[in-house]
Amino acid sequence: MILPVAPLLVPLGTSLLCTLTSNSVQLQRKISLLGSLLLLGTAIVLGVQVADHQSISLASGSWPLPFGIEVVVDRLGALLVFVAALMVLICTLWQMGDVDPAHSSFFYPLLHGLVAGSCAAFIAADLFNLYVWFEVALICSLGLLAQGGTLKHLDATLKYFALNLVGTLLLLTAVALLYGATGHLNFNALAMSVQYVNPAIMQAVTGLLILAFLVKAAAFPFFAWLPASYHTLPAPSLALFSALLSKIGICALIRTLSSIFHPSPEPLLSMLGIIAVLSMIVGVLGAAYHWDLRRILAFHSISQVGYMLLAMALSTRAGDAAAIFFALHHSLVKAGLFLCAAMIFKLSGHYDLRKVGGLYAEKPGLAAIFLLLALSLVGIPPFSGFWGKYLIVRECLVQGEYLWAFLALLVGALTFYSMMKIWLEAFWKPHPSAGWQAAKIVKPIPVTTGLCLLSVIILAIGLFPEPLIGFVNDAANHLRGHAP
Amino acid sequence: MIWAVLIATGTVVATGIYLALSRDLFRCLIGLALLGNGINLVLFSSGRLNTQVPPIIKQAETTLHNAANALPQALVLTAIVISFALLCFSLVLAVRIIQLSGNDDILAIRQAEPPATDSIKPALEEEP
Repeated sequence: MILPVAPLLVPLGTSLLCTLTSNSVQLQRKISLLGSLLLLGTAIVLGVQVADHQSISLASGSWPLPFGIEVVVDRLGALLVFVAALMVLICTLWQMGDVDPAHSSFFYPLLHGLVAGSCAAFIAADLFNLYVWFEVALICSLGLLAQGGTLKHLDATLKYFALNLVGTLLLLTAVALLYGATGHLNFNALAMSVQYVNPAIMQAVTGLLILAFLVKAAAFPFFAWLPASYHTLPAPSLALFSALLSKIGICALIRTLSSIFHPSPEPLLSMLGIIAVLSMIVGVLGAAYHWDLRRILAFHSISQVGYMLLAMALSTRAGDAAAIFFALHHSLVKAGLFLCAAMIFKLSGHYDLRKVGGLYAEKPGLAAIFLLLALSLVGIPPFSGFWGKYLIVRECLVQGEYLWAFLALLVGALTFYSMMKIWLEAFWKPHPSAGWQAAKIVKPIPVTTGLCLLSVIILAIGLFPEPLIGFVNDAANHLRGHAP
Repeated sequence: MIWAVLIATGTVVATGIYLALSRDLFRCLIGLALLGNGINLVLFSSGRLNTQVPPIIKQAETTLHNAANALPQALVLTAIVISFALLCFSLVLAVRIIQLSGNDDILAIRQAEPPATDSIKPALEEEP
């Protein structure tokens, strides 16, 4: 009965308990670890449930639909909740080590608050509810950003705040106009009533909604908040941001395009395709310019968001499935890469590639994990990224979009350049100063566990992609209903 | 009534956008807050406006006649609370930034993304 809202209640409860115990870091750690494991358990139970039944839902207060505020856990929601649970577990583990952790007693409450906001946004089936959870996630991420307290952190917070607020306001405007036009906020009710509204009005409102989600997903012209803020974060927050924040926008966009406004107006879809291609290219070129590890990886996030948007712009079932698969793969791989960057920082004292080097001789294990994650991001078989890109490129070719397929492969080559730049500079070349000694990691067990866990999952997805591809195909089928 | 709300919304949104585009940090944040309030007005007016009948269903009836929809009013209250919280946060943020940098010109606050000194490679940064 209460199960569908558990992904919201568990992190919210953990966040509250962590706030109450803010004078004891030891206690906070235990609560946080327990909360993360509980969320992971919830996600697995939900996954098993939705694999049996299509989706499970709960309308609050037993109000009949469409009046009750509905929460629906379908396959897409369950998958993203699982990613969130896994990431918050790894971040909690990471925080126990001494590799670039966050130093604040409000880290844990805000971390779980952010997870609560994102998980609730993944499972919300009501537009206004979605807006509220976007705001919860925004407020918690602002707190995590501002924690550093120096001018650099506050400047990043300001940019993040102002640009994300514009996105949120666009979303609120779209909610108001949609409610005025249809009288509904529930996704199912909206999907049924949009056909009775004047198509010109509908196209404008849908465009506004898509625009709002594009700001949240950090797509091409709206991405400025992402590279302005990510590099100021400590490693665990950074990994969580990269895994969850843009996915909130992506998840909402998939739902909007495939189940609410379906079929979406053709001009909007071709615009989305252009935005996707520009995001891919601009992101990867921005990454090629930078030498700071975190900035390189942040720009790659924009480029990878472009791939997901490209898959969505195809507006087919297989395209949706590819976008979901890619979102999952990207969350895990990008978080892992940011954590590797934090290891490089800890060992050699710098995030800038010009000041590091010689790590292959010192830490061959770390080098191997980095190479695995980097090749997965590029899309080399047998890692998870290969299947993500394969699904997208194949669907592009099936739909006759040869230019898009070509550009997707070209951006893959440029991604390879960036990743090899990091590999050569950080691991392969000798360290710039001759008498350099790698710093000692005092508590290596939690961080190593986290990184190995991620790598094993990515390798497993790469070697045995079939169950996951089947799952995301079912998810896409469910989103589009069962009509052909 | 609807025209009054329309003109008010338009004025508030226009003022908000004008101020939000300002280089002055406080004006920019006040502009964003005003923009939020203008959009709250849009949300408010998505229920009916031209009626003063209370939204109570009379006995022996099942539907409301001519009353304003109460749902957007509930939604707008939530939105007001959220935008107020964000306004408070942003003002504290602005005060702290001005204290630390001694400057309220947004273009001069470049600590997170320092301008490039070299045309090919980005500047080397001081680590935290």
